[in-house]
Amino acid sequence: MIETADLSLVDWSRAQFALTAMYHWIFVPLTLGLSFIVAMMETVYYRTGKEEWKRMTRFWMTLFGINFAIGVATGIILEFEFGTNWSNYSWFVGDIFGAPLAIEGILAFFLESTFVAVMFFGWNKVSRKFHLVSTWLVAIGASLSALWILVANAWMQNPVGMTFNPETARNEMTDFLAVLTNPVAIDTFLHTVTSGFLLASVFVLGISAWFLLKGREEWMAGKSILIAGIFGLASSLIVALTGDISARTLAHVQPLKFAAFEAHYSGKDNAGLVAAGILKDSGQLTGDKAKKDFAVKVEIPGFLSVMTGGNRHVYVPGIEDLVYGNPDKGIMPVAEKMERGRYARDILMDYKRARKSNNAGEAEVLRGMFSDKNFIDDYFRYFGYAFLDKPEDVIPNVSVAFYTFHLMVMLGFFFILLCALALFFHYRGSLQKQKWLLWMMMISVPLAYIASQSGWVLKEMGRQPWIIQDLMPVGTAVSNINSGPVIVTFVLFAILFTVLLIAEVSIMTKQIKTGPKN
Amino acid sequence: MLTLVSHSFLQGYWWVIISLLGALLVFLMFVQGGQSMIFSISRDEMHKTMVVNALGHKWEFTFTTLVTFGGAFFASFPLFYATSFGGAYWLWIAILFSFTIQAIAYEYRSKPANVLGKKTFDVFLLVNGIFGPFLIGTAVATFFTGSQFSLDHMNHVRWANNWHGLEALTDARNLALGLAVLFLVRSNGCMYIINSVKDEDLAAKAGRKLMVNAVVFLVFFLFFLVSVLLSEGYAVDGDGKVTLEKYKYFQNFVQMPLVLVLFLAGVIGVLSGIIMTVFRRSRRGIWYSGPGTILAVFSLFLIAGFSGTAFYPSSFDPGSSLTIRNASSSRFTLQTMMYVSFIIPFVFWYIWYAWKSISRKKISEEELSEEPHLY
Ligand code: HDD
Ligand code: HEM
Ligand code: HEM
Repeated sequence: MIETADLSLVDWSRAQFALTAMYHWIFVPLTLGLSFIVAMMETVYYRTGKEEWKRMTRFWMTLFGINFAIGVATGIILEFEFGTNWSNYSWFVGDIFGAPLAIEGILAFFLESTFVAVMFFGWNKVSRKFHLVSTWLVAIGASLSALWILVANAWMQNPVGMTFNPETARNEMTDFLAVLTNPVAIDTFLHTVTSGFLLASVFVLGISAWFLLKGREEWMAGKSILIAGIFGLASSLIVALTGDISARTLAHVQPLKFAAFEAHYSGKDNAGLVAAGILKDSGQLTGDKAKKDFAVKVEIPGFLSVMTGGNRHVYVPGIEDLVYGNPDKGIMPVAEKMERGRYARDILMDYKRARKSNNAGEAEVLRGMFSDKNFIDDYFRYFGYAFLDKPEDVIPNVSVAFYTFHLMVMLGFFFILLCALALFFHYRGSLQKQKWLLWMMMISVPLAYIASQSGWVLKEMGRQPWIIQDLMPVGTAVSNINSGPVIVTFVLFAILFTVLLIAEVSIMTKQIKTGPKN
Repeated sequence: MLTLVSHSFLQGYWWVIISLLGALLVFLMFVQGGQSMIFSISRDEMHKTMVVNALGHKWEFTFTTLVTFGGAFFASFPLFYATSFGGAYWLWIAILFSFTIQAIAYEYRSKPANVLGKKTFDVFLLVNGIFGPFLIGTAVATFFTGSQFSLDHMNHVRWANNWHGLEALTDARNLALGLAVLFLVRSNGCMYIINSVKDEDLAAKAGRKLMVNAVVFLVFFLFFLVSVLLSEGYAVDGDGKVTLEKYKYFQNFVQMPLVLVLFLAGVIGVLSGIIMTVFRRSRRGIWYSGPGTILAVFSLFLIAGFSGTAFYPSSFDPGSSLTIRNASSSRFTLQTMMYVSFIIPFVFWYIWYAWKSISRKKISEEELSEEPHLY
């Protein structure tokens, strides 16, 4: 059977994946957004032919290049880590999950890497028009690669478009369109890409503010603020909108994550939305897990119900309803799901045994069950629950989910304000006098990174214990190796990435201080 | 979706694509070959700058091919991905590590305030240049020589030793292919530099290096080839039963004469590239040895997977060996991916077009002094 590996191996493998993914994600959002900002600037250069615009384009493009290289370096590790560290997972779902990864390579990475070379080395070699097209293609390529990797990720959050094949013991794709149009994929793509646009806008605003404070490169800083301000304002509004849509989708596909980020324990009608708050231990337990309570909170009455169902009378299940069930509301207890999952697993085992003892008749019958709709809907969909020890295992870390979510949302609204203010004072022509605002713009740069990282931590930790929602818990997904090698590679990567990050930041700072070249 | 083609056709189709990507990758590793010589080939800093920039215009392409090779392998033969990467853990991690340090080295080496210093980044390039091709060659050799693993009834891999892939380095045949690939890409690197850099000194030096590297390459390659052709191979019958068969790979060549022709054409291509460069001082050697490399590697992949052969054999438990039948994705996935693969020629076209447009001028001192973006 799929064995659950020892805990330290699972934890180290998770730590290693989190480390590499989070490092990768430091660089990716800037790539996503800055590529478009640079393309817009170059478009103005193309239209006007003015050298100052070219100079400005080249300045931001240099920063783009420094960031891009390290994004590539961290990305390759992630891709191969699915094989090296999550090999059981790679087999169980490779038939579906591998496809978007391969498409990403064929469709997106080649586009990016080919035209990035034209963008960097082509200034004196290709026509202005071809150069501009290349810059736009880099930007489009970056967002395309985001699309495919997020389709893959969304499938883990909400598996669709496949059936289980007992013969090969894996899930197989039956509907590619369903995988592509997975509602989670669409939400995630829009929210993630626009959050990258926003992060890059805040980055440009922050650096431009620094130039204004120093009284250097004022023309360039002003134009950059104009472009990044408009782009950032538009993106931040879409980020808030798509974030809201993501949350609504979550209420249906991952209700426990939804309940966790609101620290919503017992279900009710007319449930309030906690806009901000601080958690404390309530002293009570849910099973063996400490239950959280609010030390302080600001609540919008009834709003959680409105968000999930459109009106105040909608019932929003809490963590405890989802774990222990609520027959009145038609919520099945996890214990029951575990029973059903185990039944499905036993059928699979019986099938394997029948095959081994060459009992063709019995094998035929058992095999048939896996294409029986009732068996799939009522039993097999809970397959992953068979591997849980106790119902409370399905509760993610409530504090992490709560704080990352609320931090992200607060910062989201703050960035809307920031972009609006920057634009307002820019049009008034008095931005340079607003020292407080310039400082705020600078301080916002790290905040944007924090918001962005929080989003992924929420997404990934909020779905624990699942690596594939309801089908596969993390513990069963790891490779059969000892934790030793994983610990060693974790340390190696941690050192390497940290050194590279330091080098990157140092080079970047130096280039910014030097300013644009003539 | 329509059922236009059979599952077994698709499995073959994808093995061909994988073989082609693998072959392209080995050819494009001329970048690594060049990197492995940046210190020894350059007389001074200017030489090194020219070499690094000549290679630097192409590194990303090699890198992306590696990433796509991985992705395509995952999508079409997921059991290989799970078995080899999860089992031969250390071997693959070492390969990854060497590519990670490459990816930043070009962009960062000559930037001010790069913390580690130019020398360190150049050493990164050197390390990737040597270990990348060598380890990839060693890993590919296990397609012929086998690895020590078994699969359970859920298709989960268990590696039979604690070396997790490093044991591949103890088989002389694996080492021979690793070294052959290393010296092949070094030879191609020499020819690429001769072709793309306009500097007589450098060209002369590269020509001399080519001679030595080509000879070493031939020695290791012949050793690998002969020992594999003469040794036992892992044959699969119609029911998927794996048996050891004498002269298996030799027979594969005999049974697939077209592949043999491709292979010989490849070898001739490589040799003529080397000969015309060394003896006739031609600058165009890479145009022969490049396609030659692609054909030769392509046909080696084909004999590893076709004609009833297990492409990832287990010497520990032959029954667990991977074949293009038992390791592939479902028919539906392979067919969907086949449609996607139709776009590959278009990808080649735009890559070709873009490279042509920025490589019109050869790299020289003069050209570099006008170039705004320098590595
Ligand atoms: C939202 C976007 C996004 C997300 C969630 C991820 N990536 Fe990424 N990735 C990119 C967006 C991106 C990018 C912006 O497109 C990069 C950065 C630099 C580059 O070349 O492309 C990139 C680079 C990059 C590369 C190097 C490609 C090259 O040769 O140029 C690989 C192999 C991966 N990524 C793989 C992954 C994997 C396995 C992820 C899953 C955890 C992942 N990425 C998350
Ligand atoms: C790039 C942005 C991403 C970030 C920052 C990120 C973050 C994380 C974090 C923090 C974890 C650890 C969760 C935990 O151990 O509790 C994790 C795990 C994981 N993520 Fe992501 N993730 C990202 C993207 C993705 C994508 C796009 C995929 C799939 C394509 C993915 C697949 C996984 C897998 C397989 C694990 C390991 C199993 C697990 O712990 O759930 N991640 N990620
Ligand atoms: C303004 C209000 C915002 C709301 C309501 C919001 C909402 C959400 C929700 C509910 C998720 C989880 C989706 C899931 O688990 O499936 C999420 C994820 C995420 N958020 Fe936000 N968010 C907001 C602002 C931001 C900001 C400002 C950033 C960064 C600059 C950001 C970056 C992310 C990222 C990278 C993810 C992970 C990928 C994804 O699921 O899309 N968000 N957000």
